[in-house]
Amino acid sequence: MRIERRLDQPRWLSIAVPVGSIALAFGIMAIILAITGHPPGPTYRRLFDAAFFANGALTSTFVFATPILFTGLAAAAAFRMQLFNIGGEGQFYLGAIAGIGIALWLGDRGVTSTPLFVIAMIVAGALAGAAWASIPGVLRAFFRTNEIITSLMLNYVAGLLLTYLIIDSHSYWRDLKTFEGQAFPLGKVMSSDAEWPTATLGSVIVPFGFALGIGLAVFLWFLYRRTRFGFELQVIGDSQPAARYAGMRLRRKILAVMAISGALAGIGGASFEGDFAHQLEPTGLQSSSYGYTGIVVAALARYNPVAVIPVAFFIGGLQSAGYTLQGADFPSGLVGVMQGIILFCALGGEILIRYRVRFGRRTRQAATPAPEPAP
Amino acid sequence: VNDSFLVVLLASAIVYGTPLLYGALGELLAERSGVLNLGVEGMMLMGGVMGFWAVQRIHGPASLALAAAVGVAAVAGAAMALIHAFLVITLRANQIVSGLALTIFAGAAGLASYLGNDLNLTGAPARHTFESIDVLGLGGLPVVGPILFDQNVLVYASWVCVAAVGLYLGRTRLGLNVRAVGEAPASADAMGINVAAYRYAHTLVGGVFAGIAGACFSLAILGQWQTTLTGGAGWIAIALVIFAFWRADLCLVGAYFFGAFSALPLILQGRGWLTGIPSEVFSSLPYLMTIMVLVLVSTRFAKRHLGAPAALGTPYVREER
Repeated sequence: MRIERRLDQPRWLSIAVPVGSIALAFGIMAIILAITGHPPGPTYRRLFDAAFFANGALTSTFVFATPILFTGLAAAAAFRMQLFNIGGEGQFYLGAIAGIGIALWLGDRGVTSTPLFVIAMIVAGALAGAAWASIPGVLRAFFRTNEIITSLMLNYVAGLLLTYLIIDSHSYWRDLKTFEGQAFPLGKVMSSDAEWPTATLGSVIVPFGFALGIGLAVFLWFLYRRTRFGFELQVIGDSQPAARYAGMRLRRKILAVMAISGALAGIGGASFEGDFAHQLEPTGLQSSSYGYTGIVVAALARYNPVAVIPVAFFIGGLQSAGYTLQGADFPSGLVGVMQGIILFCALGGEILIRYRVRFGRRTRQAATPAPEPAP
Repeated sequence: VNDSFLVVLLASAIVYGTPLLYGALGELLAERSGVLNLGVEGMMLMGGVMGFWAVQRIHGPASLALAAAVGVAAVAGAAMALIHAFLVITLRANQIVSGLALTIFAGAAGLASYLGNDLNLTGAPARHTFESIDVLGLGGLPVVGPILFDQNVLVYASWVCVAAVGLYLGRTRLGLNVRAVGEAPASADAMGINVAAYRYAHTLVGGVFAGIAGACFSLAILGQWQTTLTGGAGWIAIALVIFAFWRADLCLVGAYFFGAFSALPLILQGRGWLTGIPSEVFSSLPYLMTIMVLVLVSTRFAKRHLGAPAALGTPYVREER
């Protein structure tokens, strides 16, 4: 058996391999379930039922899919250019803090117009997320500091900031007036005018955030595939020296991409507040790890922004099912393990896209290898 | 003297720095062979949960149970490292993404938390923990006593490991081969060194060290299992390898430096000092210091002395050299 580089990459493979990886992952997970004493068939039936088919399941799936659609886009935007922004988690928190902050502030000023609330929250979330992501961005652009570690370290700092705002201080975000707020550390609830609109399709409630995410995905696709900016990013991602010789401004691109990525995650945080949470809640936000799930989503979508939409919906379904079914006979943490296995299978499957596996003896010399594809 | 702030801080810096040291030594070995493994945090958590499980389930004298638990933690870490090794060495997957995937798979929202829940480990205290041992009765000496002679076995073992890794990489034929594999795999291959075997072996040993680091948390520092056990220590360990310019002896210095920052908030809290400043400020110091030191070592001045293996992060494919 030999492995050799493909000269061209058939289009169908870029769909067949991820789908095959997911199937393989479910196979591996079935073995793990069987070993730990859970029958795989019924467990899977309940999982898919709770994710997509049961009454109200799709509405709940949208709740889980919306935040990871944004964090998935954020990761895809940066990873495409080989900028590994894994600070989506912290940028999401900052977006949530800024989004709910501006909603509370406008509410205190007597604003009642929902569109004004929505726009202000999106802008505030985007700015806060972009600013937080720009810290590793600037360090990377000017000092060549490894952005993986710096962006990750800032996740922990952002988590501590959340804890500080609600638990350890009397900040503007904290509810000190109501009875519950005096007994427990809680965030202030924003005015009902600030809640983002929803659309009802049949019996399914689609949050505004998901529609916004689809719009941003299409925009990102256009930006990366149809503009000069996107072309230059592609070149930088493939080969930095080539980009430098061609006179492309590396520093500006790094700053811009980190800011875009952070803004997307920040809008996700604002949407999380506007669509679902309506108050800042540090422990729930931190235990959901939307930012890290976004990396899984982006990798499965092979960093294609439009493909992020169905992948986010699928992973959101699994998470929603895991949450609904959590209990004695359904192992909690199962969905997290499953996501990891799906991701490993997808990574391993990459080799089938880039290389072909031939059986038997070598018959002809392999020709010049195809250029390295954008991951 | 021995209750003074500085002595307590230094003694705790060693305690809190030890898991960082183990994690960094493991990552150092993997990176020297050319494999970047960003899954340290996940491997640490797996070591933490499995080591804790072992100590709760194995009956027998405390020392035996603890030794077995460290062994189980090491195997758990190595098993996780094997996934990464297979993906990046055999299947040539992207090392950065695979390492991230490992942390997501094994980490706080994945396998470690699944096992912790499924095996009912959350909340209970460990049946045995590593206690500090007063070596030759020197623990009572002023200043150096509590810092150097009143620590637990894992701390003493980590000093042996630093010396062993330093000598291995610098003074043995095998270590020379490892460095060749990390710097110039094509030349190493031409010399008859099995590149894939070296990379597999050192990635696995990296997992062993990370697993032991996890056991340091669950069996020595906290004495219990929780999903926030490591709190980013795995990532700090990866950063440490960069600060240490890929040298074992400097890993020791860096680990205790960051250990001091991890211990600081607890000591200040215990003494009721600086209560006017929010505790979150001190808790975020290890993370902010990591960023600052990373920036310092990535400036041009430090770059000249850098020792990053030339082939770090790239797969070796004989046909494509």
